[in-house]
Amino acid sequence: MYNARPVIIGLAVFIGLTTFPIWRALEKAAPAPEPELDTPAIQQMPEKLCVEATPTMRARHMQLLGDWRAGVVRDGRTVYAGQAGKKYEMSLQKTCLKCHANKDKFCDQCHDYAGVQPDCWTCHIAPGENKP
Amino acid sequence: MASLPKPDELAGINYNPPRTGWRDTPVEFRRGTYCYGAKPKNLEAVGLPNPRDWSPEDQDWKLPENWKEIILEGLRERLGRFRSLQIFMDACVRCGACADKCHFFIGSGDPRNMPVLRAELLRSVYRRDFTTAGKIFGKLAGARDLTEEVLKEWYYYFFQCTECRRCSVFCPFGIDTAEITILARELLNLVGCNIDWIAAPVANCYRTGNHLGIQPHAFKDMIDFCTEDIEKVTGVKVEPTFNRKGAEVLFITPSGDVFADPGTYTLMGYLMLFHEIGLDYTFSTYASDGGNFGLFTSHEMMKRLNAKMYAEAGRLGVKWILGGECGHMWRVIHQYMGTMNGPADFLEEPVSPITGTRFEHARSTKMIHIAEFTADLIRHNKVKLDPGRNNHLKVTFHDPRNTSRAMGLFEEPRYVLRSVCNHFREMPENTIREQTFCCGSGAGLNTDEYLEMRLRGGFPRANAVRYVHEKYGVNTVACVCAIDRAVLPTLMDYWVPGVGVAGLHELVGNALVMQGENDRTTDLRGNPLHGREEGEDV
Amino acid sequence: MSFFFGVVVPYAALITFFAGLVYRVVKWARAPVPFRIPTTCGQQKSLPWIKASKFDNPSSTAGVVGRIALEALLFRSLFRNTRAEKVSWQGGPKLAYRWEKWLWLAALSFHWSFLIIFLRHLRFFTAPVPSLIRLIDGVDGFLRVGAQGLFITDVLILVAVTYLFLRRVVLPQVRYISLPSDYFPPLLILSLALSGVLMRYFFRVDVTAVKELAMGLVTFHPKVPEGIGVLFYIHLFLVGSLFACFPFSKLVHMAGIFLTPTRNLPNDSRANRHIDPWDYPVKIHPYEMYEQEFGKKMAEAGLPVEKRWM
Repeated sequence: MYNARPVIIGLAVFIGLTTFPIWRALEKAAPAPEPELDTPAIQQMPEKLCVEATPTMRARHMQLLGDWRAGVVRDGRTVYAGQAGKKYEMSLQKTCLKCHANKDKFCDQCHDYAGVQPDCWTCHIAPGENKP
Repeated sequence: MASLPKPDELAGINYNPPRTGWRDTPVEFRRGTYCYGAKPKNLEAVGLPNPRDWSPEDQDWKLPENWKEIILEGLRERLGRFRSLQIFMDACVRCGACADKCHFFIGSGDPRNMPVLRAELLRSVYRRDFTTAGKIFGKLAGARDLTEEVLKEWYYYFFQCTECRRCSVFCPFGIDTAEITILARELLNLVGCNIDWIAAPVANCYRTGNHLGIQPHAFKDMIDFCTEDIEKVTGVKVEPTFNRKGAEVLFITPSGDVFADPGTYTLMGYLMLFHEIGLDYTFSTYASDGGNFGLFTSHEMMKRLNAKMYAEAGRLGVKWILGGECGHMWRVIHQYMGTMNGPADFLEEPVSPITGTRFEHARSTKMIHIAEFTADLIRHNKVKLDPGRNNHLKVTFHDPRNTSRAMGLFEEPRYVLRSVCNHFREMPENTIREQTFCCGSGAGLNTDEYLEMRLRGGFPRANAVRYVHEKYGVNTVACVCAIDRAVLPTLMDYWVPGVGVAGLHELVGNALVMQGENDRTTDLRGNPLHGREEGEDV
Repeated sequence: MSFFFGVVVPYAALITFFAGLVYRVVKWARAPVPFRIPTTCGQQKSLPWIKASKFDNPSSTAGVVGRIALEALLFRSLFRNTRAEKVSWQGGPKLAYRWEKWLWLAALSFHWSFLIIFLRHLRFFTAPVPSLIRLIDGVDGFLRVGAQGLFITDVLILVAVTYLFLRRVVLPQVRYISLPSDYFPPLLILSLALSGVLMRYFFRVDVTAVKELAMGLVTFHPKVPEGIGVLFYIHLFLVGSLFACFPFSKLVHMAGIFLTPTRNLPNDSRANRHIDPWDYPVKIHPYEMYEQEFGKKMAEAGLPVEKRWM
């Protein structure tokens, strides 16, 4: 092989950079998140049901919240018919956070894991965060 | 020769590609658009394979029986030797940026003159035999078999490329069609498919040291004849020497400068300049041509023809070599000579004996370009110049393809030009410097049977000259290339009548104020000097 | 089935990609660069008072690094692009060279978008996500449509690839030079980008589960979480195909741009001798043979000769 040094260095740098996640995982690898459902409000529920089924909520909750926002702000709709026909007020703070009062153990678990930076908290206040 | 169409007809170019794909469009060998096949005696003279009488118009090209094997084996060997070839075969994405950069495409509209397709001619065969994708997917991956039709197509289109590298400037991967053409021509030469206009000069150059086959005594006579002309114009007798041992500098220029107008005027310019500054130099009748049609044949032939330059410098015991105005000669000197025939350790790093300037950029090859040398002289005020003597000339400058894109010689000749003439105008920026258009006749294609194609290839260059001709009244194209001097007059007469062609050092010769000279009334060509009779003072 | 598409396909694709790329580059590198043949696109370095073009005609390694960087990051050569056009004129035809930067713009947008999207995807392969990746994500996604973040690169890549594809189909000359295999990469990348866009903006999949799968691949403990939508597996398969065919198609131009001898060598062949490793002696016509043939004529003409001829 000719010009072996630059060629090998070049290849090594390229492969090193592109496989960076593998090297990093050797050093740091956060475990898969386990969002906690252990809040008093949930404990008290006779039947532990969210607005929609869990797989739907996991995949689409951000879209649901977006729809709620548009519904409330633009169209003046405030009531959402969830799974099993149950009615919910379309409100992050009054509905979602009532049960999921543990933002750091619930919301942040997956958001941090997946590197998501939602805008929710620029306006909304998470429970327990308005204390001085 | 076939009758030549009028400029308006020739420029009626259709850029829309034909209905049939390029693989399914056979090549037509029409007079005026192809070069004659190499004569057997010229191939025999240098031991090239398969010498025979043949014509590209023949059905049977009298190829050796195993020609396909020879070509494919040759290709395999070159893929192993040239990384450039492998990368240029593999990396092209067919973005098409090169398409309208080729003077032959612009002048002919023939899609196979788009550099990308010229390369595909070879690439398609490479894919079939040397790549996995081509072996598996065949035509879908752009592969095709090597057939006689393909070989004929190669001959037609690889001798329809002047290796000018303009496409390479625009290619995002620097794919250099010149390199592909050089190697494709090597392959064609393996089965005896060269053109005679290259093979004959090669044979001449090998034996007599120059392409034109000028023998030593005649070479001396021709230069002596120029000295007489110089005496007529200036009253000064210059006395060049030949094959003189112990000279400080060996001067090598293309033999075209010695042979015919307007190159001879450039030669007169060199002779006058060297005389005036008292340069201790010699010509050589053995190394009597810096040009090298071996470059248009094969790397090996280039090396064989170039060897004489260092050999002669060594035999004569000079310190360094000075090179005249030539394009492809400088491609060879700048990018190949040191590698092929060096190291020239027996020579010294070039130092101008007049100014003391060390030419460090040539410390290994030990050869400098005369434009570099003269620019340095002028910069140090070592010559007296009267640019007013070129006032009858309104000059533009044509950058030769080789010194532009295989060297980068732009400012040196312009500096000299601005010092020796008062009226200098650049052509539009897309047509000069690294984007310069080739004369359309380079790389061994400056033959008369090829005139139609040469005029087509030269159209973009002529078009740019016409722009400055009409806008600024430019009447002279200055250049630093012997092939340009040989072919541009024809090109200008056809496309831009009224524009002449001059070498840079012809203009230097005009402007040079020599010790003991007569009051000059004419330029080197015998044309009266503008404003002299009105007593214009400078 | 999801094990096949979620684990086997990506591993196989990555192995093919890396092995193929190394094979290809080593194959190139096994051939030498016998001659120093840079394409010079600016003034050479010669006399000290003439300003040399540092990057377009580099005379040093630093200049070459700059030149290659300009090529790889900004597509310097493609930026020079113009369009030649024949226009009629009084007294005959004339050529004009028109402004044409669309190809450059589309190519640059496409490649940079692809790179940024690639970097953004690293958030699935790293935990915790490095701040640089988060930053890229944040900057790229600062636009909002409703409450939904919109990645600028998502829009750019779709527009750019569509342009590059349509250009190939619509422009007669580009269509003429295109091979069947030239339509494949833009279509593949278009489908890849579309499937990603659909997943992000319309038919969401469980991102946490996707990341668990990705982290499983990265830590070599592959697992396939339940309930990831089929759209994700389509996306993963397309990206696998892209990676797998990369080294065996024209996509290797990514590596080629760094190895091309017309760009990656300084133009210093007269100052430093370049070595051709396969140089071999050739048959030449030495001066002795020349004088043998012409010595008498030379002597008669008064030219110096080595031997006595008269």
